[in-house]
Amino acid sequence: MSAHAHAPVGGRLVTAPFLVLAFLAAIALALLAGRFVYGLGAVTNLNDGYPWGIWVIIDIVIGTAFGCAGYAVSLIVYILNRGEYHPIVRSAVMASLFGYTLAGIAVMFDLGRYWNFYNLFLPWYAQPNSVMWEIALCVAGYITVLWIEFAPTFLERFGLHNAREKLSRVLFIIIALGVLLPTMHQSSLGTAIVILGHKVSPLWQTQFLPLLYLSSAILMGLALVPFESVLSALGLRRQLETGLMGRLNRVILAVGAIFLAVRLGDLLFRGALGHALAGDLQANMFLLESALFIGGLALLARQQARRSARAQFVAAVTLLMAGILFRINSYLVGYEPVNGTWHYFPSVPEMLVTVGIFSIEILLYLVFVKKLPVLAKHA
Amino acid sequence: MKRRDFLKATAVLAAAAPATGQAALMREPKSMPPQAIGMLYDSTLCIGCKACMSACKEANDLPPERLPEGGEWNTGTWDTPLDLSPTTYNIIKAYVNGTRAEKDRAENGYAFVKRHCLHCVDPSCVSACPVSAMHKDPLTGLVSHDPSLCIGCRYCVYSCPFGVPRYEYNDPFGQIGKCQLCSHLLAEGGIPACCDVCPTGASLFGPVEQLKAEARRRLDAAPGTELEFPRGEIGSDRPTHVATVGDYQQHLYGDRELGGTQVMYLSGVPFDRLGLPTDVPDVGYPTLSEGVQHTLYKGMAGPALLLGGLVFLARRNIKRNQADDPLFTDEDTEPDAAAQKEEKDS
Repeated sequence: MSAHAHAPVGGRLVTAPFLVLAFLAAIALALLAGRFVYGLGAVTNLNDGYPWGIWVIIDIVIGTAFGCAGYAVSLIVYILNRGEYHPIVRSAVMASLFGYTLAGIAVMFDLGRYWNFYNLFLPWYAQPNSVMWEIALCVAGYITVLWIEFAPTFLERFGLHNAREKLSRVLFIIIALGVLLPTMHQSSLGTAIVILGHKVSPLWQTQFLPLLYLSSAILMGLALVPFESVLSALGLRRQLETGLMGRLNRVILAVGAIFLAVRLGDLLFRGALGHALAGDLQANMFLLESALFIGGLALLARQQARRSARAQFVAAVTLLMAGILFRINSYLVGYEPVNGTWHYFPSVPEMLVTVGIFSIEILLYLVFVKKLPVLAKHA
Repeated sequence: MKRRDFLKATAVLAAAAPATGQAALMREPKSMPPQAIGMLYDSTLCIGCKACMSACKEANDLPPERLPEGGEWNTGTWDTPLDLSPTTYNIIKAYVNGTRAEKDRAENGYAFVKRHCLHCVDPSCVSACPVSAMHKDPLTGLVSHDPSLCIGCRYCVYSCPFGVPRYEYNDPFGQIGKCQLCSHLLAEGGIPACCDVCPTGASLFGPVEQLKAEARRRLDAAPGTELEFPRGEIGSDRPTHVATVGDYQQHLYGDRELGGTQVMYLSGVPFDRLGLPTDVPDVGYPTLSEGVQHTLYKGMAGPALLLGGLVFLARRNIKRNQADDPLFTDEDTEPDAAAQKEEKDS
């Protein structure tokens, strides 16, 4: 039966939130003009001690982790064959589509010599030992995959049934690629830190980073689903999907348990846990990060809590915060430049650009759910 | 599928870890290139004259730098950089402690250090660069940078264990700058400008093996005795510099650190006081990051196998559930039609 049929939500497009988001996006674009005329230093607080700031760590590393909703749900539905999650596939794929596409665009703002970016794709300049090269290729490939994966929604909206039918026949290959590519580059976002060596605190520096990044990306992708479900239920006055989300939270719990076991096991094995009690910023941020992971999962441990929309939402937010902090900590807080005193805290314009990018994502979400058949119709 | 992969990877990593101590997955360390050339910097010989700095600017056609604040007296003719930068490839820094009474003493003393690219045997910047803009010469081992390839991602800046490569943040067309050991002068039969002008032989150019032997000779000499120190290039016919042998730390920095470097240091004060990291492994960090990558992506067999499994499972599961799937069913299909389709499929 087609109980999962999707339909455009409809309603007015230009609303108050729409205008606020568009305003934030416009500010970001104006600031970016400054970046292209005067250089990265005119807009950001980047320096040679901290060459990577929030445009990399939030826009790309965290942005694509948020974009793992489509990956994580595809993994459950198509690979682990849990058909009951079909109603959320489409909105999850769309969240990924925006997360990744905007991360791909954000890369161009941050690259100091963006006009050379195509060298990444020229085989004769390829440097396969570079973790960054692998990430760049995988992300570019995955953005393409996501647009194809989402294409049925467009084809449906515009009545192109023939094209849709043809696409359906090969979609399994695209879906398989859509699971493979994030598995590769989400783990590599962790591997990318390994080469920093002693510049990253033992609280985060480990060869288990690929596994930790992969499992926490899946965790964040999954946590985004109840988060988005509750918000869209409230914002667009739709029915809560509490039952389905309750079952999904069991999967979240399992993935989170794997992450925590590897994380704590690795710290114990390397004897690095002592650093956690140093009382400095790194130690405290580590404790906060761990408390968020453990707290978020503990909330879901009770079956009763998994059934409550409020607990689901709080747990999802807590776990997303944990994943965000883990990424900020391993790339920025746990990182110490060598030679000299360096400081980095994002400048206000730098933060506004990041805010603008996320505003565009939410803006596109609103436009798409109102105009395209993305969200499940309720009986 | 995925969870089993996690567990498998975890088991592999956990099993491999104890065998190699801390590092579980390791790529074979790189060895010194056959015709490796480099530099020996002897902090005890350095008098802090900075002739090397101005020679470097001239040889590489770099503009003088003004102090970021103050220095109104400096109209731009006096080069006063505080640190390495995209336009300062080489800098002399002073270590000072307490009363600064005596040179080359850690307590109440001072010492000089020359900071620039160490031309690692296993460079992080070369491993990190996604587009081969950082290049290590297979014969001489010199690490050079090609801005025409560079995409400006600054991963080399981020990953260098010595904090050497720098980027121009205040230029819309900024580029990476670092010492390339004056490859352009070497090509014309010359030697690096800093070694060429050094009056005491503190910066000495030459083949790495000969420089290591020279370092051994200095470490073996009795402190306080007189010794002849070669100038410019080792083995050249330039007049030597006769000086008193310093009270060396009994170690040549760069001999083993991070897999070895082609620019090496001798010093009277502990190396970490000069800003050289000492608590480091004997292998370069690329052995660890490439160790992970080469294990996971060996011949792309892992990803190919995984993709095969994913394609199989996706195809099977889609066939089973097609009628119920929003990516496949048409939304305007009536419930009845969808049910019929399901029947037909099974």
